[in-house]
Amino acid sequence: MSVILILIITSIIVALLFLGAFYWAVKSGQYDDTYSPSVRMLFEDKKRKKTNNEAHGV
Amino acid sequence: MSIATAKQHTETATNCYHCGDPCESDKIVSDEKDFCCQGCKTVYEILSENELCNYYDLEASPGQTLKDADEKSVYDFLDNEAIKARMLDFSGDNYEKVSFSVPAIHCSSCIWLLENLDRLNEAVIDSKVDFSNKTVTVHYHSEDMNLREVAEMLDSIGYAPLINLDEDGDRKKKEATYDRQLIIKMGVAGFCFGNIMLLSFPDYLGLTGIEQNYQSFFRYLNVLLALPVVFYAGADYFVSAFRSIRQRYANIDIPIALGVSVLFLRSFYEVATGIGPGYFDSLVGLIFYLLIGKWFQNKTYRSMSFDRDYKSYFPLAVLKKEESGLISTQVTELVKGDEIAMRNGEIIPADAILIDDEAAIDYSFITGESEAVQQKKGDYLYAGGRHTGPMTRMIVQKEVSQSYLTRLWNDDAFSKEEEGRSMIDRISKYFTLTIIGIAVLAGLYWQFTNPANTWLVFTAVLIVACPCALALVTPFTSGSVMRVLGRNKFYLKNASVVEKFSTVDSVVFDKTGTITHTTNKAVSFSGDELSDQEKALVLPVVTGSTHPLSRLIKEFLGKPEKEYLPESFTELPGKGIDAIVAGVKVLLGSAGFVGAEGGQEAGLTRVYLKIGSRIRGSFAIRSQYRDGIESCVQELAKDHKLAVLSGDNNNEAAALRQFFPESTAMKFNQSPESKLREIKTIQEQGHGVVMLGDGLNDAGALKQSDIGIAVTEDIAAFSPASDAILEASALSKLNQLLRFGKSSRKVIWASFVLSFLYNVVGISLAVMGVFTPLIAAILMPLSSISVVFFTTFGVHLFAKRFKLS
Repeated sequence: MSVILILIITSIIVALLFLGAFYWAVKSGQYDDTYSPSVRMLFEDKKRKKTNNEAHGV
Repeated sequence: MSIATAKQHTETATNCYHCGDPCESDKIVSDEKDFCCQGCKTVYEILSENELCNYYDLEASPGQTLKDADEKSVYDFLDNEAIKARMLDFSGDNYEKVSFSVPAIHCSSCIWLLENLDRLNEAVIDSKVDFSNKTVTVHYHSEDMNLREVAEMLDSIGYAPLINLDEDGDRKKKEATYDRQLIIKMGVAGFCFGNIMLLSFPDYLGLTGIEQNYQSFFRYLNVLLALPVVFYAGADYFVSAFRSIRQRYANIDIPIALGVSVLFLRSFYEVATGIGPGYFDSLVGLIFYLLIGKWFQNKTYRSMSFDRDYKSYFPLAVLKKEESGLISTQVTELVKGDEIAMRNGEIIPADAILIDDEAAIDYSFITGESEAVQQKKGDYLYAGGRHTGPMTRMIVQKEVSQSYLTRLWNDDAFSKEEEGRSMIDRISKYFTLTIIGIAVLAGLYWQFTNPANTWLVFTAVLIVACPCALALVTPFTSGSVMRVLGRNKFYLKNASVVEKFSTVDSVVFDKTGTITHTTNKAVSFSGDELSDQEKALVLPVVTGSTHPLSRLIKEFLGKPEKEYLPESFTELPGKGIDAIVAGVKVLLGSAGFVGAEGGQEAGLTRVYLKIGSRIRGSFAIRSQYRDGIESCVQELAKDHKLAVLSGDNNNEAAALRQFFPESTAMKFNQSPESKLREIKTIQEQGHGVVMLGDGLNDAGALKQSDIGIAVTEDIAAFSPASDAILEASALSKLNQLLRFGKSSRKVIWASFVLSFLYNVVGISLAVMGVFTPLIAAILMPLSSISVVFFTTFGVHLFAKRFKLS
């Protein structure tokens, strides 16, 4: 078999793996809410801080 | 940051720190911060106690006002095991998980607060917000906390959960899986589209010499890649086309399904016989674009629920009397003859007969007008009334599904949904027939002149005329229109509403709640100012009465220094109250009743007061018109026929006349049925009617009208089922919004012309037999893309013209 056939088949298989990953991502709910994760990562880590109220300059 | 906070500070000097609403004269100051009402302050205190004040740093005044939330919701029904089992997503050993729909979620502060619930209550393990669906999922230790407490906790910080009975939860889940499926279909179609384009390049460019050995390999790979797109991603179109054929009407999916099948079979035939590469690129591209259009349409309107019907009003459970005492029971389980107990503020779930001596029922949900009705033992109570006062017992007469309210809802106006086959479906019928006609004729012509071309031309015509542009025009135009309107606080139920705008030439208003505020009525006292002693004498009189005017006066009087109990108390309906307080005779009521002189004044209701033998003056209660209603009406009057339908009496007719033009028809004392009939009458005269209303009493009329618009203060709150929801603050822009809606038709037509031109060019070329795969490949996606671009651009141009963007 000529090399170009191998290359094309390989590339399609790799692409299929990505399609599979996309399928998994959708099924596991990662596309259900696209807004809150973008905000959530900016929040402070969840720790009980007792003396941190002035730190925000309000 | 420092500038931003400084600005924030000057703003909070007049606005509520919690919700951002302007603080009126009765503002509450706590912790050097201003609050508009007790509710907002309470939430702030809860948050500051638990060191959750970050909430206020993320966004300025992120809260929801709690001014109108005077009655606390009761969540007792969540203790009912059956309901609990239905609500819980998961329940295990000392662990429960529940998802609540919380309409108040609107900003990043909300997310932050709701994901830090564990700081509020130790028993919460974790909470997570789904912003797009406005839900919060809470995991908690079930030994330290129960479901009711979770709901109460959310309620206490101003995020009251919306709990619906019925299969609502299932429907939500179904929608979610449908959305996911659509995304996966888009992914598959996009994946195959890209690869097929890539593999088609050799054929576009032409193969020479040795490369021709690979030709059939590329082509068969294309066939393979097209299979999942046609049979998986595009399956919905076949299903829908099949269904519409069975119901004997042509919808837009028929030409699509036909085009897709012809394209696929033709392409497969070409590849199998080796005469050409087929049109797999166009075919897959078409399905890919169609799916994007569909997704775009779905996306615009996911979080809004327009079909909140009477059920979302009703309590999930009521207290039912059993041998063992009062048991919380699901309302769906109620049968005739059950004895139920209603607590203050609860809504009667089914028609019932009162067995206690007295009860005050507020039917404002049904009638929209604020009239609390005094009911006696044995009276028939209608479902939907709100009970006020101490716990009262009644016997259920009808099951929930057969009650007055439900019947009103199921009036014949319901059939509207059926008749609304969209413009595009009507056009597509002719489109399909015309295209098939042209294809047959062209095929016949070539059969006689050059038989080699017959099948090529026949399929080429069907292929190039494939209504992709036609199918894309409406979803993309309506999608853009709906988004622009949504930004202006006018939310449409679905795309077919956009098409109806053009037929509208008549606007009907409900009065109370639509033109006037329901809550914000201004009370003033004319006469010498009342002394504290006099106020203390009047207060027990108005407290004893459930008349809405008495309630307003009671609020106006405030808290007195001394509290009396009336020695005698008689309320004469329609006249007034005769009472003796601390040995003094107090008369409160109409001018005739107390013996004062009074005339009719526009927009004012007067309640006269006589203490002892002296007429002290009168309380003037003015109904307030919504801001901007005047200019809105004047603008609308230019090219619409106007009418007012009110369930109230005609006290305010003169006041309304001041800004409604002469020709406006005004009808008062209208029942829900007569409103519906009135709309029908206008429609029979050949007018398209927009109805604006707010209460359930408008529900029938809203359904009957061509476009029923529910006017509401808060889009998350209940509104009757309607075609559109308009936030009250946007009412002044109604004329612009309507005109903008109408202009969308122009965009649709222009796009049709554009795609028609494409079709003419394409079909001409196809009929002449000079059509090559290259032209098809270029023409088809190009026409789709340009139509998408054109509609979006056109809609925004109009939005700018009407100053709406």
